[in-house]
Amino acid sequence: MIEKTLKGKPAYWIWLAFLGMFMAIGAACYVRQYNFGLGMTGMSRDVSWGLYISQFTFLVGVAAGGVMLVLPYYIHNYKEFGRITILGEFLAIGAIVMCLLFIMADLGQPMRALNVVLHPTPNSMLFYDAIVLNGYLFLNVLCGWVILTAEKKQVKPPKWIYFFVYLSIPFAISIHTVTAMLYCGLPGRHFWLSAIIAPRFLASAFAAGPALIVVACLVLKRVAGFDAGRKAMNKLITIIIYAALLNMFFVGLEFFVGYYSNIPGHKHSLEYLFFGLEHHGHVYNNLVPFMWAFVILAFGSIAVLATPAAKKNDFVLGMGCAALFLAFWLDKGIGFVLAGFVPNGLHEITEYIPTANELGITIGVWATGFMVVTLLYKIAIGVEHEVEG
Amino acid sequence: MDNKRRKFLKIAGASVLAGIGAPAVIKLTAATPALASGHGEAPAHAPAPDAHGGHAEEAPQGVRLGMVIDLRKMNENPEMLDSAIAACIAAHNIPEFPDKKNEVKWIWKAPFENVFTDHSASHSAAKVKNFPSVALCNHCDDPPCVRACPTQATFRLEKNGIVAMDFHRCIGCRFCMAACPYGARSFNWQDPRPYIKKYNKEFPSRMKGVVEKCNFCGERLALGQEPACVEACKGTGAIVFGDLNDAKSEIRAVLDKEFTIQRKPTLGTKPSVFYIV
Repeated sequence: MIEKTLKGKPAYWIWLAFLGMFMAIGAACYVRQYNFGLGMTGMSRDVSWGLYISQFTFLVGVAAGGVMLVLPYYIHNYKEFGRITILGEFLAIGAIVMCLLFIMADLGQPMRALNVVLHPTPNSMLFYDAIVLNGYLFLNVLCGWVILTAEKKQVKPPKWIYFFVYLSIPFAISIHTVTAMLYCGLPGRHFWLSAIIAPRFLASAFAAGPALIVVACLVLKRVAGFDAGRKAMNKLITIIIYAALLNMFFVGLEFFVGYYSNIPGHKHSLEYLFFGLEHHGHVYNNLVPFMWAFVILAFGSIAVLATPAAKKNDFVLGMGCAALFLAFWLDKGIGFVLAGFVPNGLHEITEYIPTANELGITIGVWATGFMVVTLLYKIAIGVEHEVEG
Repeated sequence: MDNKRRKFLKIAGASVLAGIGAPAVIKLTAATPALASGHGEAPAHAPAPDAHGGHAEEAPQGVRLGMVIDLRKMNENPEMLDSAIAACIAAHNIPEFPDKKNEVKWIWKAPFENVFTDHSASHSAAKVKNFPSVALCNHCDDPPCVRACPTQATFRLEKNGIVAMDFHRCIGCRFCMAACPYGARSFNWQDPRPYIKKYNKEFPSRMKGVVEKCNFCGERLALGQEPACVEACKGTGAIVFGDLNDAKSEIRAVLDKEFTIQRKPTLGTKPSVFYIV
């Protein structure tokens, strides 16, 4: 089936070349960072995790979001998702590949990464994160490939594969829960020390992941003649709206706890994110525009998706989903991780601004993810067209 | 074979120490020298945290190294703290970067309200707010950094309570830095060696991409010496170092007599650095 990636229209090759260019830039930036050290980034002693870990946190959600297709199709036998479930699984593969690349880019000593396996440490959440991430990657590769092969041969998938399909559902939940636990088990970081982090992560994942799949489906409809079907799209819109509203509700709950209890520690990071934190006469507020963009885009896109136009007009639907994806990226892929470090344990404030080199690596990893997803979708759509003749 | 050899070396080392070291200091390190980077040492699992955290803690058994810092004495003589910090930098090849972003620090000066975020009051005098205080690793009984580390590169030595680092195992994920509520950990954002002013051959320098922090001078204790900062303040009583579990130790005498505070006791990490304000 891999040979299907080798044939395509010129637009396909231009797209791959475009991604390849950013991958090359990312690789060059990484070589620079590898030789010099993480000092090439904007991270500091106070803000010790930056863009890499926040991208990782967000993309774990995109990967987990694929389960919103797998679950209705395999558990509830919702047939309309038959054509796109494979897209969810393949998107998860691309997202996890990005997650792993971001983690590698973030390590001070990447050559020692295997120490996590060589010295397993059951008290560290990072150890479990490594297990579930790699496990989920393996499950998606296995299930996606076996089921697609069966489809190509126009036979029923082997019975044993369903065990792994069902197993992938708790794995999808667990990758995002364990990632939340990386944060919410740390004493002294009030912003992260909140029991609602895991549900909040899952809600945002179940909106952002399917939103990206909708956008992908609309693109595939135009460029590859693949139609996911109106009913499937409408169901996805419903899922996205509910999950997005839940996420906004959870964010609101954080505000309630912080501002009603009026405990400074619980308010500081929220203040920093949304209003700017005053400290010794200086207001620190470099994330404020991003966070208000998140709020406006989130509510705006939910409103757009809830209108009848979204169900009829592909353009409105696509823009709504893209805006929602961007909104939740701003929330989880930027704000959440960075705000945890402000203020630091000694109530000092350091702001973080990524460097050009760091942005180069980040864009390179995103391009790699898109490349993986493009190639996998090419295979999936190719098989689909072949079967339909 | 390693096990036997290690045992032999331990006994031999302890015998040599017993022969030449000052008896008072040997009491601190017990029979086993506490090495700075205890390669292959089993990671210590701290006892379960107190249900209600805070002060009512159960003392763990065995040697339990701790420190009492008398901030009054420190402030009577401001140069003393500078010399203690300088002694630490010299002993551990700590790089001195010109910018705050790359900073590596094991023991450092900070205003009172930053070191004791839970103790600052709205009407405290300006003198108190900016009262020069000293921060370092608390060598917690229940260290969050040890819990977070995915490779056991940071671990608690059961025999004396030191939270130690193995620089050669650290992958540089910086999870421990996120976990430490005291900001006691530094990361080598770049090669630190060009920024070491005077190289001390007795202690390894670090490479880029690893975390480091105060190790209570485990390497000096093993040689029967006091920690570098304690030695720099010798004779003044500004820093008292010793076994918190030894009823006859000097540190216990100070703790029994003086009112001391710990940093962020409500987090249940049980710091073993105490302060007299």
